[in-house]
Amino acid sequence: MTATSANKRPFRWHIAIFLAPAVLVYTAIMIMPLFGTLQLALFRNVSQSQVFVGLDNFRTLFGDPNWSVNFWNALRNNVWFFIIHMLVQNPIGVVLAALLSSPKLRFSAFYRTAIFIPTILSFVIVGFAWKLILSPLWGVAPNLLDLIGLKSFFTPWLGKEEYALTTLGLISVWQFIGIPMMLIYAAMLSIPDEVIEAAECDGVTGMAQFWKIKLPLILPAIGIISILTFVGNFNAFDLIYSAQGALAGPNYSTDILGTFLYRAFFGFQLQVGDPNMGAAIATMMFLIILVGVCIYLFLIQTRLRRYQF
Amino acid sequence: MSRATNSFSRSAAAHAILIAYTIIALFPVFIIVINSFKSRNAIFRTPMAPPTAETFDLVGYRTVLAQGDFLQYFQNSFIVTVASLFFVLLFGAMAAFALSEYRFRGNKLMGLYLALGIMIPIRLGTVAILQLMVASGLVNTLAALILVYTAQGLPLAIFILAEFMSTVSDDLKNAGRIDGLSEYTIFFRLVLPLVRPAMATVAVFTMIPIWNDLWFPLILAPSEATKTITLGAQMFIGQYVTNWNAVLAALSLAILPVLILYLIFSRQLIRGITSGAVK
Repeated sequence: MTATSANKRPFRWHIAIFLAPAVLVYTAIMIMPLFGTLQLALFRNVSQSQVFVGLDNFRTLFGDPNWSVNFWNALRNNVWFFIIHMLVQNPIGVVLAALLSSPKLRFSAFYRTAIFIPTILSFVIVGFAWKLILSPLWGVAPNLLDLIGLKSFFTPWLGKEEYALTTLGLISVWQFIGIPMMLIYAAMLSIPDEVIEAAECDGVTGMAQFWKIKLPLILPAIGIISILTFVGNFNAFDLIYSAQGALAGPNYSTDILGTFLYRAFFGFQLQVGDPNMGAAIATMMFLIILVGVCIYLFLIQTRLRRYQF
Repeated sequence: MSRATNSFSRSAAAHAILIAYTIIALFPVFIIVINSFKSRNAIFRTPMAPPTAETFDLVGYRTVLAQGDFLQYFQNSFIVTVASLFFVLLFGAMAAFALSEYRFRGNKLMGLYLALGIMIPIRLGTVAILQLMVASGLVNTLAALILVYTAQGLPLAIFILAEFMSTVSDDLKNAGRIDGLSEYTIFFRLVLPLVRPAMATVAVFTMIPIWNDLWFPLILAPSEATKTITLGAQMFIGQYVTNWNAVLAALSLAILPVLILYLIFSRQLIRGITSGAVK
């Protein structure tokens, strides 16, 4: 009905009015600054004025050892951070969701609510709480390890270069496990009963049923979680900043792109802040995220789910 | 018979795993909160024990309330979150209605344009956002944060609300049109009340990241008068890092309001996630 009336009436103002506030705010605060940042990456501040320098900032970022060493270090750390999430968070999420979705389980609402609690806490709380718990000054972590006879295993994980990043990755997994758990749980609930019954008639039960029937059906949910994790990890900042500070210590071993961007942009201690270099790093992050999202949209998602608007 | 015992042992195993994980999830929160009520000696001597009559001590809370301006921070966070939420819901619902209700040229393209922000984080534009806020004199105001969070929340809100609005019956809207209601009245009086459950879901999804954000308060509004509770707690803890009573009390004060709100709204949140909001 509206389609036919569109041809008669010249312009439907109400559509513009409905769209205007959202489009204006979104364009002015999100899209324009995003492109503004990409543009700033091509300029440099020379004697108080912005001068177009082409790709010079990127040449500095990749060519000047002062920058490139830090950049590659941050990128490597970020990739490891992401791998930890994929290897730990998804399997645990799938197991918890599979257990929760079994129809006769009691107290499942309680488990769901409790396991989701860390996800609602802020990074500041999570970062400091774990910092205190893992602190060698406070006996909580050694005490707990003592209970299971592993006291000798304890070291100040957050303070050692070789363990700090992995520890933070696991803390982040601890915090966000609720999201994959819930999404996979939702996906499992949406599997039609007939499918499960048909499988049972054919004698496919227990673990075989999980691997052969349920897992293939929840793959779209795992795809969504993977891309959400990817985007989240490659612009992560808060947890590292809360637990280790902007210097991402010890000795930059927990530096990821977010903290590197913050230091480049704002400066820290002896380093002077440089918005143009910050913009260059943000551009690299943008490209990395864009590549990830494109891989997901064009290679994975087209096979797995519809796109609707 | 063997089948019954089998299923019994299987459900016992399921409970064992879930209980173990629940303990892992709750233990850190629990240990922080109980220790915040203990004296300094007891914190170090018996970290795992709940406070007893002898070890009970509120010195940490007294320090926090005397030193940090937590009431002010809390108020700032509250204003920012509620105002952003209001704009996200209002503007998001209006745009979602336009996209799902009317067929016009560029509809799909507009939808795709607005959905971009779901995947591309607003943080990447920070450098230019700060310049924009400096140019418009909004640095160190809550308005800057509200604008940024509104823009940040809109894409997902529009995406979810548009899906819900396309399920509202056309007959109802057309009946309204025949009765001579304007498009605005149809939207505000007929459609909005019907999508209220979806609005609640969007509200919860939008609220948590705003309340917990550290990045934008740190960059756009770090002044004493505009600090949010997350930034305030971060800075306070940074300063008092050796005063364990104060740190534990500050952490507990930051945890409790969120935890209480969560326990009230958890049913809504979990229903929102499992009812296809992001399916």
